[in-house]
Amino acid sequence: MKAMMALLLALIAAPGQAAQDYPADPLGSPMWRAHALTLFGHDPVRFDARVKVEFPAIAEDQRAFPVAIDARGIPGVRRMLLFADLNPIPVAIDYRPTHAAPYVATRIKLDQRTPVRGAVQLEDGQWLVSGGWIDAAGGGCSTPPISRVKGDWADHLGEIRGRAWPQRDGARLRLGFRHPMDTGLVANIATYHLDHLTVKDGDGQLLGDMDLWASVAEDPALTLMPDAPSGGRLLVEARDTNGRNYVARIDLARQSPIPARP
Amino acid sequence: MLSRRSVLTGFAFLPVVARAAESYAIEPEQIAQGIWMVRGADAPIQPDNGGAIANIAIVDTPAGTVLIDCGPSLRYGLALKRVAEELTGKPVIRIYVTHLHPDHGFGLGAFDATRAAALPGTIAAMEAQGQGFSDAMYRILGDWMRGTDLLLPRIALTAGQEDFGGRTFRLLALSGHSSADLALLDEQTGLLMAGDLVFYNRAPSTPTADLPAWRASLDRLAALDHGALLPGHGPLDPGGTAAIVQTRDWLDWLDATLTDAVAAGLDMVEAGMLPIPDRFAGLAAARYELQRSVSHLYPGLEARLLPRVDRPD
Repeated sequence: MKAMMALLLALIAAPGQAAQDYPADPLGSPMWRAHALTLFGHDPVRFDARVKVEFPAIAEDQRAFPVAIDARGIPGVRRMLLFADLNPIPVAIDYRPTHAAPYVATRIKLDQRTPVRGAVQLEDGQWLVSGGWIDAAGGGCSTPPISRVKGDWADHLGEIRGRAWPQRDGARLRLGFRHPMDTGLVANIATYHLDHLTVKDGDGQLLGDMDLWASVAEDPALTLMPDAPSGGRLLVEARDTNGRNYVARIDLARQSPIPARP
Repeated sequence: MLSRRSVLTGFAFLPVVARAAESYAIEPEQIAQGIWMVRGADAPIQPDNGGAIANIAIVDTPAGTVLIDCGPSLRYGLALKRVAEELTGKPVIRIYVTHLHPDHGFGLGAFDATRAAALPGTIAAMEAQGQGFSDAMYRILGDWMRGTDLLLPRIALTAGQEDFGGRTFRLLALSGHSSADLALLDEQTGLLMAGDLVFYNRAPSTPTADLPAWRASLDRLAALDHGALLPGHGPLDPGGTAAIVQTRDWLDWLDATLTDAVAAGLDMVEAGMLPIPDRFAGLAAARYELQRSVSHLYPGLEARLLPRVDRPD
């Protein structure tokens, strides 16, 4: 019994002893250390404003809060994490832009006022982190998706909208899936969400892939920047937690990008 | 010397005492014969303004006092009632609620709901969505909302007119800012009280908007023979046309800009950061409302403008 207790204590203490001293959190989040331990482990971590985590000043809809992580100013990014410290499902996206610019934008659920962060990992293993607080009403993760309330989610499951635009380097890809992205936190509705997505070029070469969690908003929307030439083709394959597969093909226009209205 | 207990008790009371001191400043300004406006703050609903962001009108009629909208909370409604009745020396006999939004109709608890009137669509929308709005108001405003319950106007209006001892209002049943928007024309002075169909020098908000319907309503208002115009938010427009033109300009710009943004592949985050033209520099809360509108309108535009690309797997 005593030995078991000692072992237990050792186990509990182990992560704390093994973990490095993470830098002090500029956002003062109560969950910073816990998340850093889980997500970054022994890798070096520092806060770096070159990781641009962009979002609106107001969370107008706590069920779909737009966030973009733009790390195009940093060379050698191999992995990008989007997470909200105080969400019951903190991590939304874990993206590997293998042959893609380090940019990802989506919409996430917010369950309360929380830090929203982007973390990017470089080739040498170190993590660069940035983000900010956003105020939000509760319930983003714990109210039923609109399509569940309307009852039409199954009629549209699998619909994918998208388009790709050539831009100076590579392409800009926008995708919108119809999916309830059930969190499992709503009574009698089990967890059910898209959990993996890949983008390939016309030759089948992997350009990027990501894991997704149910803290991504219902009807997930994504903006990515894969390396694909104008006139090329992109193949998107995704899978959800029930094993359903999703496939989309998007042809890149040959014309130059349409400039956004100033 | 203070005991620990008395110090603790003192601290426990502090926030309550501080908050109880918060009250609304209701300062009516005369804008036409027998009509006063109570100006709302040209800002988002936030704790420093207690949600008092909408313009309210007080009208002195031979039959009694008529109010157009009644503010965001019970506390506001009580203060408004006292000020209005002192001003005219007559009891409030009618409260028009122009549309469902909480900054306009949540002060109803201070009044006799059987004297409150709204379009049937407004009453239905308040019934369906009022609780959600109430939750949001309590979350943002806290103690300002104390005692505020959602009450529904009991009188369902139809377009036409209503007379109060010789002072007549023409009632216009419109929509677009919400599913049912009431505008009133005071026949005696020609003052048009447009509700939130018209904003002036304050960016329009779109949480329940139908842009084509809104534009059609603005056409109706522009064609109406009227004098000065009291917008739902922003200062009085003495000429009565500039505010309508500005509201339409913003809506047209917003619609075109977001449509172009989706067509150009911009993400919602990027769309919310698009530059706002210089001609809107005088509009309060412009960036705030643009970002809200992106949230309201973008998913619909994406569903319309992005083609289906799914293939059977």
